Amino acid sequence: MITAGERARAESLLARLRAAGAHPVEAALLQPAGTLLDLYGEDIRARAFTTQDPAAGEMMLRPDFTVPVVQAHMAEGAEPARYAYMGEVFRRQEEDPTRAREYLQVGFEVFDGARPADADAEVFALISDLLAPWAPVPATGDLGILIAAVEGLTTSDRRRAALRRHIWRPGRFKRLMDRYTGQSEPLPGRAALLDHVRSEGAMSVIDQAGPSVGLRTPADVATRLAALAADAEEPAITRAEAEVIDTLLTMDGTMTEALSPLRDLAVDLPALSPAADRLEARAEAMARRGLTPETLPFAPARGRTAMEYYDGFVFTLSARGRSGQAPVATGGRYDALTSVLGQGRSIPAVGGVIRPGLLEDTP
Amino acid sequence: MIRLGVPSKGRLMDKTFQWFGKRGLTLVRTGSDREYAGRVDGADISLVLLSASEIPRELTAGHIHLGVTGSDLVRENVIGWDSQLEAVAPMGFGHADLVLAVPKAWVDVDTLDDLDAVCAQFRAGHGHRLRIATKYHRLVRDFLRAQGVADYQLVDSQGATEGTVKNGTAEAIADITSTGETLRANHLKILSDGLIHASQATLFRSRKAPWDTAAHAVMDDVRAMVA
Repeated sequence: MITAGERARAESLLARLRAAGAHPVEAALLQPAGTLLDLYGEDIRARAFTTQDPAAGEMMLRPDFTVPVVQAHMAEGAEPARYAYMGEVFRRQEEDPTRAREYLQVGFEVFDGARPADADAEVFALISDLLAPWAPVPATGDLGILIAAVEGLTTSDRRRAALRRHIWRPGRFKRLMDRYTGQSEPLPGRAALLDHVRSEGAMSVIDQAGPSVGLRTPADVATRLAALAADAEEPAITRAEAEVIDTLLTMDGTMTEALSPLRDLAVDLPALSPAADRLEARAEAMARRGLTPETLPFAPARGRTAMEYYDGFVFTLSARGRSGQAPVATGGRYDALTSVLGQGRSIPAVGGVIRPGLLEDTP
Repeated sequence: MIRLGVPSKGRLMDKTFQWFGKRGLTLVRTGSDREYAGRVDGADISLVLLSASEIPRELTAGHIHLGVTGSDLVRENVIGWDSQLEAVAPMGFGHADLVLAVPKAWVDVDTLDDLDAVCAQFRAGHGHRLRIATKYHRLVRDFLRAQGVADYQLVDSQGATEGTVKNGTAEAIADITSTGETLRANHLKILSDGLIHASQATLFRSRKAPWDTAAHAVMDDVRAMVA
C-alpha cells in the first residue's frame, strides 16, 4: 500500500520538478492494452495487470507513464518540452510476490532534439540533485554504443536487423552472434533442405510438405527460404568485429575511462566514432553541470535487460547498501520508442522516474 | 489426520489407486459408483475426490495436505509453485508433453531460432504479431521469454487447439500431446526444440496445509512408502 509519507514525499519531489520548469501532465490509470502489447510484446502480460472493458476491450492498469506521456506530447506538444508527473503504477510480481504491486512514480521527461547531450545531462543532474539528501549510488550506460556497433558490422542488412531486434535479449543476441561468426554448427538438414529447394523449386517443396494452413502463405515460406539460401552464402562476421561487440558487452569502468578504449575500438569498427563523440559530448555536458564523469560508473551495455527499450544514455540511482532492492530512480533515452509510437515520426526523448516509496523517511 | 486429494474419475483415478496400492496404501471408493467418496485403509488419511484441475488450487489454499495432479497444471496455475508446494514423487503415468507446433508446410521452420525469425517476418508482412493458440499461457510465455522469442502473441484456446491454425485464428499452437497423432492429422509438426514441459502425474505436498505433529508423523510414513 502507498503510505501517507510516500505520497507527501512524492508531492514535494513533483513540486521541485515543477520549480525546475517542468510542465505537469496527467495520464489515465486504465491504458489500452493493444498499444502496450505491440510495444513490449507478450512479456508485458507478466508485468502488468489486465482487465476487460465491455466497449474499449482489453485494458491495462498503467504499468508506467512513458507511453501515455509520449502520446500526449505527440498529440499536442511543441518542442522543446519538459514534463513532470506523479501517480500510481501497477506491476504484477509473479517471480517475487514480496515486491510492491502498486507504488508511486515521480517522473521527468524532456523532448528536446536540438541538444541531446545536454538533455541527457539535464535529466540525470536534476534527478541526482533531488535525491542528493539520500546519497544514492549512481550507475550509467549507453545502449546507443552497442546499437552503433551492430549497425556498423560488415555483414548483410538482414543480419544487422536481426541483431538490432534482439539488442535487449542477451541470450538470443548471443545465439545470433555465434551463428553469424561461425561459432555454432549449422542446423543439421538445413543444407540438404536448401539443395532440395534449389533442384525442385521452393513451391514444389512446400506443397509436398503439407497443405497450406493458417495466414502464413506458401509465398511467405518461399521468401524466407530465399533469405536462408542467401544467408548461407554470407561470409562470417570477422573475429575483429566480433571482439569489438564482446568488449562493449563486458566493458565496465567510469564514463571518462571508457572514451579512450572506445576510440581504439572505432579503428576496427568506424561506425563507433559518432557514438564515442556522443558519449564525450555527454561527459562534457555533465561536467558543466557540476557532475564528475571521471568517477561516474559506466558500462556501455548497462540497462540491456530492463525492458524499457532505452536506446541511448541510461542511468540508475540505487539506495546505498541495498543491493537486492530495485533502484530508487531509473531513466534514459528512448528515441526508438517514440518512433514506434509515432509510426515513423520520431521525437528525441530522455527521462527518468523516482520511486518515493523506496526512499527512507529521513535521509 | 491428513487429507489426500486424488482425481475423481477415469484412468488418472484408476492409475492413482494402483500406484498407492503397490506401495502399501489401499485407496477405496465407497458408496455407489457415482458418489464421490472414498477412504484410505490402515492409515490416518482421509481421501478427497476432486477434479484433477482443482487439485492445484486446493493444495495452494492448504485445504488438502497431499494431492495427485499433472505437473503441467501445477506449473501453469500456481505462481512460484515450488515455494508453495513440494513435488514428493513423480508417479510415472499421465505423461503428456506441452509442445510448440507449426504447419508442416513451413519447411523453413525446424527450431525456435526459425520461429523467432518467422515472427519478425510475419509481423512485418501481415501487420500483426504471429498468433500462438494455447491454454497454457504462463508456461508458454515464460518459455518463449527465456528463449528470447519476440513478436508473437498468445491467443486463448480452451479446446480443439490443433484446429485453430486451419480455422485461421492462429498461425502456431502450444498444446499437450502424448503421441502427436492429432497434431499430424491437423497438418502440424513439433519444433525440434519445442518441448516446453514434460508433464506427468505427480504427488504434491502443500506447504500451507495445517501440519501438526500427528500430520507430520503420517507424512513420514507416506514418504517411507513412496520412496
